[in-house]
Amino acid sequence: MFYREAGDFSTTYQQDSQTFPIKFDRYRYYIVLAVAFLVIPFVINDYWANAVFVPFLIYAIAAIGLNILTGYCGQVSLGTGAFMAVGAYAVYKLMTAFPEVSMLIHVPIAGLITAGVVTLFGLPSLRIKGFYLAVATLAAQFFLVWLFNKVPWFYNYSASGQISAPERSVFGIIVTGPNTEAWAKYMICLIFVTLAAVIARNLTRGSVGRKWMAIRDMDIAAEIIGVNPMMSKLTAFAVSGFFVGIAGALFFSVYLGAAEVGESFGIDKSFLVLFMVIIGGLGSIFGSFAGAAFLVLLPVFLKNVLVGMLGWPTDLAAHLQLVIVGGLIIMFLIVEPHGLAQLWRLAKEKLRLWPFPH
Amino acid sequence: MPEQLLFAMEVTLNGLMAGVLYALVALGFVLIFKASGIFNYAQGVMALFAALTLVGIMEGQVPFSHLINAIFGTEIHHFGWHVPALLAIILTIGVMVVFAWAVQRFIFRHLVNQEPIILFMATIGLAFFLEGVGDLMWGADIKKLDVGLPQGINDWIDITTFEAFGYGFFIDNLDISATIVAIILVAALITFSQYTKQGRALRAVADDHQAALSVGISLNYIWILVWSIAGFVALVAGIMWGAKSGVQFSLSLIALKALPVLMLGGFTSIPGAIVGGLIIGVGEKLFEFLIGPMVGGATENWFAYVLALVFLVFRPQGLFGEKIIERV
Repeated sequence: MFYREAGDFSTTYQQDSQTFPIKFDRYRYYIVLAVAFLVIPFVINDYWANAVFVPFLIYAIAAIGLNILTGYCGQVSLGTGAFMAVGAYAVYKLMTAFPEVSMLIHVPIAGLITAGVVTLFGLPSLRIKGFYLAVATLAAQFFLVWLFNKVPWFYNYSASGQISAPERSVFGIIVTGPNTEAWAKYMICLIFVTLAAVIARNLTRGSVGRKWMAIRDMDIAAEIIGVNPMMSKLTAFAVSGFFVGIAGALFFSVYLGAAEVGESFGIDKSFLVLFMVIIGGLGSIFGSFAGAAFLVLLPVFLKNVLVGMLGWPTDLAAHLQLVIVGGLIIMFLIVEPHGLAQLWRLAKEKLRLWPFPH
Repeated sequence: MPEQLLFAMEVTLNGLMAGVLYALVALGFVLIFKASGIFNYAQGVMALFAALTLVGIMEGQVPFSHLINAIFGTEIHHFGWHVPALLAIILTIGVMVVFAWAVQRFIFRHLVNQEPIILFMATIGLAFFLEGVGDLMWGADIKKLDVGLPQGINDWIDITTFEAFGYGFFIDNLDISATIVAIILVAALITFSQYTKQGRALRAVADDHQAALSVGISLNYIWILVWSIAGFVALVAGIMWGAKSGVQFSLSLIALKALPVLMLGGFTSIPGAIVGGLIIGVGEKLFEFLIGPMVGGATENWFAYVLALVFLVFRPQGLFGEKIIERV
């Protein structure tokens, strides 16, 4: 009733294979984008930007990156935190080495550098599989964090061992450093998120994405029907690394402003992003957004309710949050292994037929 | 004998002791993996939880006192009694059995026939859940655990080696008792699996689930049994690590130390866990001692992983693991 394709006739192949073939769906996404680009920047304030929108957008990019690797290509990675650190340190070195270049160029280059590093750590995936590989990516996690801590070149020999983002701008608008306006932070993240989502969506729909999925579903069978496992796995690692690197670069430069590698990019980050992917839905771009939104909002919600309204101590709320997140992971894996994205899909199916049962 | 060599020998010896403790955690992994194909990431948190429970029972803490106080505005903390160590250990084993039953009943029964990687992620969820519950139940502050094990430098070794080489080795008494306990534990596990009915059933399940089921072995029962044993192993590991460095969150991170041990030794082999533990223990101590100063130290965090990673590229199933055969 509310949500149907009646009257939508595709007359060309192009129309038939577009991303959102249902007109209602397509317009809904246009409206969401219009609100995100034209309304929110004018009403956003510091609290909403720092507590909700900016982390949500950045984690969404990271979740898309991990989802490509884990959800689409089936290679579990526990090294996302360290890969984000690669992006952060790459963008830091670029920002300090070339101060006059726009952030719109620095961030993608940081993504490319991360893609290279991640591909390097993806090389063992040709030999080892499943959780052997998951554990092997922990090697990347610990080694990279140690490297960024121990080699002073990475943090420009600063005394504290921290990196802090200097003031840089895009077309004269300051986007990093302490003087950044809330809307500028939000806008630069939004631009990257939109691009990342469009690129990821189209890559996963195309032949590259189908090869990834073939490898995920059964790698030996995929090899027999002519998918090159080495190329598919390594492209998955590279593309995933590109997005994760961008997320890391934005996370450090726009969101945190200053970072210490063990603190900001530890193994907790890896698990957080993995949980976003699981809760949101493995193998779904929308799921990456849903998972990121859920896990960014949950602590804010719990803090407001438990600490703000009920007056509980903060540590108690933090422990309860662990219980809830852990419980939700298990519950989702049991009840709905495809996550929030599948719930959304089911809701759409129901709405298409409503009020008729069949 | 030159000074450097003596140092290296002492480091090796200490590495062996540390390796035994890694092996202890890795053992819990192997047991569960063999019997049910679940790669249990929560093993480290189980050790933390067991140790927390043990301390809580010994001190007579009220479970969930923090939460109760926050909800009802009360001020309760302790029952006011102290439980002797042995009784507390038995009670903790009881708690771990209940935990094993709950895990089986509420989680893994619903995840039968899922892919191994899904099960693995479920155990990550379980690890978070259990960590939160442990903190809520017994509080997150660092606790001292003392079950009466001897602590401090072993004088006998110190004096003997001093007389022999002119240089006294520093070996902690606690490490020695941990080694003895680990040897007893492994012997007991082997005896159990070789000579008891349940142990044979367990090995049958490990070999082939469906065949075991068809000769009348209850999978459910065996899985609860295995998780209980893993809980017991976790308790032993928790006691050893807890006595060494206090019961606190970082205890759950020993699981992360046990993972490369497993990769090196192979996920399915108990001897592999032990040999892997010893190799990693000695390897990381020696590496830190020989190469560490050149690259800025703190290499213990990643050496084990990188070693395991490099090793896996040449032998993907680990030292003693079963060869992975894949068919379409």
